Amino acid sequence: MDRVNTQSLTKSTGATLPGIDPDRQIDVVSRLRERLPAEAVLYRPEDTRPYECDGLSAYRELPLAVVLPANEEEVAFVLRTCHEMMVPVIARGAGTGLSGGALPAPDSVLLSLAKMNRILAVDPVARIARVQPGVRNAAISDAAKPYGLYYAPDPSSQIACTIGGNVAENSGGVHCLKYGLTVHNVLRVRGYTMAGDLIEFGSEALDSPGYDLLACVIGSEGMLAVVTEVTVKLIPLPETAKVILASFDDVRKASDAVAAIIAEGIIPAGLEMMDQPATRAVEDFVHAGYDLDAAAILLCESDGTPEEVEDEIVRMEAVLRREGATNLRVSRDESERIRFWAGRKAAFPAVGRISPDYYCMDGTIPRKRLGEVLLFIAEMERKYGLRCPNVFHAGDGNLHPLILFDANDPDQLHRTEAFAAEVLQKCIEVGGTITGEHGVGVEKLNQMCLQFSSEELERFHGVKRAFDPQGLLNPLKNIPTLHRCAEFGRMHVHNGQLPHPELPRF
Amino acid sequence: MIERLAETIRTAASKGEALYVRGGDTKRFYGHAVEAQPLDVRSYSGVVDYEPSELVITVRAGTPLEEVERTLAERNQMLAFEPPRFAPGGTIGGAVASGLSGPRRQAVGAVRDFVLGVRMLDGRGNDLRFGGRVMKNVAGYDVSRLMAGALGTLGVLTEISLKVLPRPAAEATLRFEMPEAVAIQTINTWLARPLPISASAWQDGELLVRLSGARVAVESACARLGGERVDDAEDYWRSVRDHTAAFFRTDEPLWRVSVPSTAKPLELPGAQFIEWGGALRWLVTEADARTVRAAAEARGGHATLFRGGDGQTPVFHPLPPVAMDIHRRLKREFDPHGILNPGRMYKEL
Ligand SMILES: Cc1cc2nc3c(=O)[nH]c(=O)nc-3n(C[C@H](O)[C@H](O)[C@H](O)COP(=O)(O)OP(=O)(O)OC[C@H]3O[C@@H](n4cnc5c(N)ncnc54)[C@H](O)[C@@H]3O)c2cc1C
Repeated sequence: MDRVNTQSLTKSTGATLPGIDPDRQIDVVSRLRERLPAEAVLYRPEDTRPYECDGLSAYRELPLAVVLPANEEEVAFVLRTCHEMMVPVIARGAGTGLSGGALPAPDSVLLSLAKMNRILAVDPVARIARVQPGVRNAAISDAAKPYGLYYAPDPSSQIACTIGGNVAENSGGVHCLKYGLTVHNVLRVRGYTMAGDLIEFGSEALDSPGYDLLACVIGSEGMLAVVTEVTVKLIPLPETAKVILASFDDVRKASDAVAAIIAEGIIPAGLEMMDQPATRAVEDFVHAGYDLDAAAILLCESDGTPEEVEDEIVRMEAVLRREGATNLRVSRDESERIRFWAGRKAAFPAVGRISPDYYCMDGTIPRKRLGEVLLFIAEMERKYGLRCPNVFHAGDGNLHPLILFDANDPDQLHRTEAFAAEVLQKCIEVGGTITGEHGVGVEKLNQMCLQFSSEELERFHGVKRAFDPQGLLNPLKNIPTLHRCAEFGRMHVHNGQLPHPELPRF
Repeated sequence: MIERLAETIRTAASKGEALYVRGGDTKRFYGHAVEAQPLDVRSYSGVVDYEPSELVITVRAGTPLEEVERTLAERNQMLAFEPPRFAPGGTIGGAVASGLSGPRRQAVGAVRDFVLGVRMLDGRGNDLRFGGRVMKNVAGYDVSRLMAGALGTLGVLTEISLKVLPRPAAEATLRFEMPEAVAIQTINTWLARPLPISASAWQDGELLVRLSGARVAVESACARLGGERVDDAEDYWRSVRDHTAAFFRTDEPLWRVSVPSTAKPLELPGAQFIEWGGALRWLVTEADARTVRAAAEARGGHATLFRGGDGQTPVFHPLPPVAMDIHRRLKREFDPHGILNPGRMYKEL
């Protein structure tokens, strides 16, 4: 059952391609080329190699073929053909996913939506944009900007990742505390089922009849339908924004300040925390001007009308002072605001510079448990003899602890795995979750067994069956088989190099 | 208590006997009648966990909506989707299961946007939890949001975690006179600007716009928009939310027509009340279902026979076959014996 496992996957990247049956490959490729141009159906290893992994590069697998449809008719044809031939299909956007969501399955067709990258319409009065799945997240806001509008969810991979991938992962960004995740900002998704049937989820009205299948498809990791068109909500650009940089001499005090701001009735546009190891790594790298003596810093952003921002900044400053901030700085202008954020945005690459490898975790916990969990992480640092800087979406309680290690030392790798496992387990224990935004993919299948009971997992499989009875679309991801729940495994980032090193990392 | 509910479900499942899942029964009119043994969730009531700094409340499904909202108001917070209370005694479980949101929906989102997690009993009596109590959670499919608006046909909600928001510091309502098409165009233009508009209502040539937020923001928006200030508007918006306003007190069929906010006027006979910046159009009409549904569909929307149906006309807009197949299979997965509110939504479910 469990073919998704590092050992067997890395092997298949060898020259002999043991995973691929050449007859089957010829069959599938020739059927697909009946309707698609030859250059849109790739199968030679040198052509399919770039698609063997996503951002979680330690898992690799070559597909039978890579197909690049140019329109919906071609998508439908590919799906119908694969359905008929019982070939698994894996949709792919930009491949920036961090949990192996776009990892090919053995003997599968990888369906890249990259060519379908047109913005079909921007309607400034209805405040929507209708886009193809391969459109990059940032391109939507760029297109909306002349109308004073933007698309709010802003993953830090936004210059590369696609809206199709965002829909599949329910991606978030720094501003989702105030403006919501993908699920709150997408009105309608048009797509095809594995059987090749056209279906619309949601609509450009604010609701649609029947079950909320839109909510179900968003965050479904490309396992329920292939997305071919998305209508997103656009919202007015705020007139102005300012950010406070607050220093604390104690991580727990900084954590309490996060809760205190929210308790004050303020929803900041962004509320992020970095601990001292993180600020030190960053400061060497981008010189954002952070207070290096602080045990932790908070970045608290306010946006809105100039009056609103003025008012909110004053209120946030008062709370931060009351909670024991040792130093407060408010951005004086836009360039300073951007500089304050630059450090936060460069945190992952900065950490990548100070360690041969790091493993980025992604869990969410209730805000009130932040201090406790950060202290727990510090304890684990001592227990496993590994460093772990923290840079994260504090306002949402979404942690991204970065365990630093050297993969060439097997013992360190082993300790990293044990460390990460304890942290994720802690997230579950304090009432949180094993993934806030990066998805389960193949990476966290084992932890799913910790978070959900077998009956719950069975209902998830039921949802999958309702959309894709044969289980051909992105098989074996996201929801572990009950059988699998006995196993355990974990991946890491090699030599500090995630793919897409040019992107800021959250 | 959950075990008792589960036992009832298991027994019903073994006998293949349907259950009518109910809270305060204040929305009995909504959807098709279910002739079955009631499963009353009201005795499973009370707040499980509420920490204002988390912006999350976890409540048992049978908790009265009034109680939930009172609890939140004590800490200056609210259910931002403004769930309607069509009669006293409604429960939070019913509010979530019916998926109905009030005037603020256009600005902040619907019930489903605030659902973070649920505990529920499926049609086999399994006690299940999906989602959680945190803001960001992508572990597994989003089954908890799927329950919002499913009218209890996929499971019996027992506990619900909802995101809550601070109450706005200030609120003001402005009144303008304009005909339907102009009102629709105008309100959409305003919504495209950074103004704190939290609700709108149009009827008979009169547009009311509510602004909510920081005092400075509300005041400066009032100055920019002009219009006439309406005092004591709170009661007015409550009457819109709860359908106690005169428009809604009718014995004629009441249609809920959901369309893209900029859709052109429906041009159907009868009276209309427009909310959500044009996206929600209530219609009291003698026009037949086919005509109303065709008008909604032509504008990219759908129509629900909200109240006053004849028991024959489908209440909910018919689904395309591919979507209906998925609905049917979901129903079978969650309620294999078909015992939970059968037919309330669609006769196939
Ligand atoms: C540097 C870096 C920073 C990041 N920062 C963030 C962040 O701040 N917040 C965040 O949430 N994530 C972040 N991510 C993760 C990643 O960018 C997001 O998950 C993103 O949404 C993936 O988009 P993609 O186009 O690259 O999708 P891919 O990686 O190609 O695919 C992701 C999943 O989507 C499916 N999929 C893709 N397209 C379609 C389609 N058209 N139809 C159906 N399924 C489809 C795939 O099958 C796969 O399961 C980051 C990643 C990197 C590398």
